[in-house]
Amino acid sequence: MEKPLTQHINSNRPPLNFNEYSGVGGYEAVRKAMAMAPAEITKTVQDSDLKGRGGAGFNTGMKWSFVPMNGRHESKYLVANADEMEPGTFKDRLLLEGNPHQLIEGMIISAYAIQANVSYIFLRWAYKKAARVIRQAIAEAYDAGYLGKNILGSGFSLEMHLHTGVGRYMCGEETALLNALEGKRATPRTKPPFPQVSGLFGKPTIVNNVETLCNIPHIINRGAEWFKDLSLGDDAGTKLYGISGRVNKPGIWELPMGTTMRELIEEHGGGMRKGYKFKGALPGGASTDFLVEEHMDVKMDFRSVAAAGSRLGTGTMVILDDQTCPVGFVHNLEHFFAQESCGWCTPCREGLPWTEKILKSLENGSGRQEDISLLEMHTQFLGPGNTFCALAPGAMEPLQSALKYFRDDFEKHIDEKRCPYK
Amino acid sequence: MLTPEEIEEIEHEAALVPVRRAACIEALKIVQQRRGYISDESLRDIAEHMGMSVEDLDSVATFYNLVFRRPVGRNVILLCDSISCYVMGYEKIYEYIRERLQIGFGETTRDGRFTLLPNCCLGTCDHAPALMINNELYRDLTTERLNEILTEYK
Ligand SMILES: Cc1cc2nc3c(=O)[nH]c(=O)nc-3n(C[C@H](O)[C@H](O)[C@H](O)COP(=O)(O)O)c2cc1C
Ligand code: SF4
Repeated sequence: MEKPLTQHINSNRPPLNFNEYSGVGGYEAVRKAMAMAPAEITKTVQDSDLKGRGGAGFNTGMKWSFVPMNGRHESKYLVANADEMEPGTFKDRLLLEGNPHQLIEGMIISAYAIQANVSYIFLRWAYKKAARVIRQAIAEAYDAGYLGKNILGSGFSLEMHLHTGVGRYMCGEETALLNALEGKRATPRTKPPFPQVSGLFGKPTIVNNVETLCNIPHIINRGAEWFKDLSLGDDAGTKLYGISGRVNKPGIWELPMGTTMRELIEEHGGGMRKGYKFKGALPGGASTDFLVEEHMDVKMDFRSVAAAGSRLGTGTMVILDDQTCPVGFVHNLEHFFAQESCGWCTPCREGLPWTEKILKSLENGSGRQEDISLLEMHTQFLGPGNTFCALAPGAMEPLQSALKYFRDDFEKHIDEKRCPYK
Repeated sequence: MLTPEEIEEIEHEAALVPVRRAACIEALKIVQQRRGYISDESLRDIAEHMGMSVEDLDSVATFYNLVFRRPVGRNVILLCDSISCYVMGYEKIYEYIRERLQIGFGETTRDGRFTLLPNCCLGTCDHAPALMINNELYRDLTTERLNEILTEYK
């Protein structure tokens, strides 16, 4: 089984430096790419069916194809989204700490494809080790002539900067991230115009997730067909899957896209801990709908998880066990979303704290019969189409699915005037 | 007043961006790094130096979780209170800190040694519960282990 993204990652030793990385074939894809036309690269990436690993799953090559290529734009930008603050998500950390040169190589090729001359890595504050190894790797890439002016004599130039954030979930939303880079509050922007046309400092900009970008060198080296063949499911490539919660071996693994939930939990996660039963799982971070026992054989790819009523999201699963209260679990999530809402849209700013308070009162034993319909009303009002960004609809996904699958737990809280799990 | 070193570092950042205010978050970080937090006076000085209004800069400073607008202790504990740490029992860790240091979230010990703050998911969910003290990450926490860790910070 091929593991292109993690083959050179060994958590027990420092990441490969420039020479070591080059020694195992690193930066070959840059040399290959520089001999190709930018449009050819975008086409290859589009044909590979690589879908954005930041959560939304949009075709990466297609996204790039919206960038104007008529030569009239002096500045364009490429940004690696390394903000990773989705609760339950810890996949980009592995790639950032484990093989920074792979990300840099992916960024050089991506920047060349859209002809961007400046690039940023937007890294969350908490990733101290990642910051250290990335700084080092960027310096090495400059020294070796893979960054800077006239890379490998191709006439193409690229600057790369590391920007560390100061902590806010909204910084991960791509247009809010651009505002943060401009020294503003990280509130999203209205779309259109889309960042591909008018992004950072008003210039055409592509924002891609770290895992997305790390796939690029391999696609250029091995081709679109090879990439598609890595998968067992409906979407191409491998995927970093993670599990946290009460399993025997929580962790993160690179596996073929489309690995089933059962294989992930039972084989890789080592099954549930003794004394605990599986009750449900958020398949890809805090803002995805619960999957339950009946979904065990669902293939974890974008299409199959959507068909099961949820989203693959970030592909890092959080397990709900039978001894953790689902109401308390969802209360914790809504507390997070209420706190991190940027406050721009009324339904989100007002609705999330309200949702949080209702859930808290259920937990405290002061829930009322009408609370369930109030919560359901929120899942409508904060649903897709009512807000500027996906934070609010995302916040409603675990709530609406909890109301569907664990409704008796909500009712018990109200009927018994207490949390039955305490 | 900003020190010459602070100004030099801020100017270094400002030179990297096409619009001066784009460096204002870096400027806040640079000053906080040296002084522990952003006082009203620091805020005024940075705003003036960046050519921004004080209100504008404060709206940025107060937006971000890790720009401190109030004094903090010598060591800042950031305890993850997000979902995986919730499932794996961060509340026990919280209770332990409360008892041992006599502070809750948002509070500083009387001797100024520790400030305790809640923090969003630290991205190490397979090793929950987790916390950071200053720049150091601690994972797979138990109260026994935390007991040892805390003694290392003076
Ligand atoms: C509230 C919010 C937070 C987000 N946080 C992240 C993040 O931390 N990392 C990330 O890659 N994408 C995040 N996204 C998704 C980005 O907006 C964007 O879709 C993504 O970076 C695009 O990259 P991709 O096409 O490679 O997936 C977030 C979206 C929302 C609405
Ligand atoms: S949905 Fe929430 S987080 Fe997103 S823009 Fe609106 S208020 Fe801000």
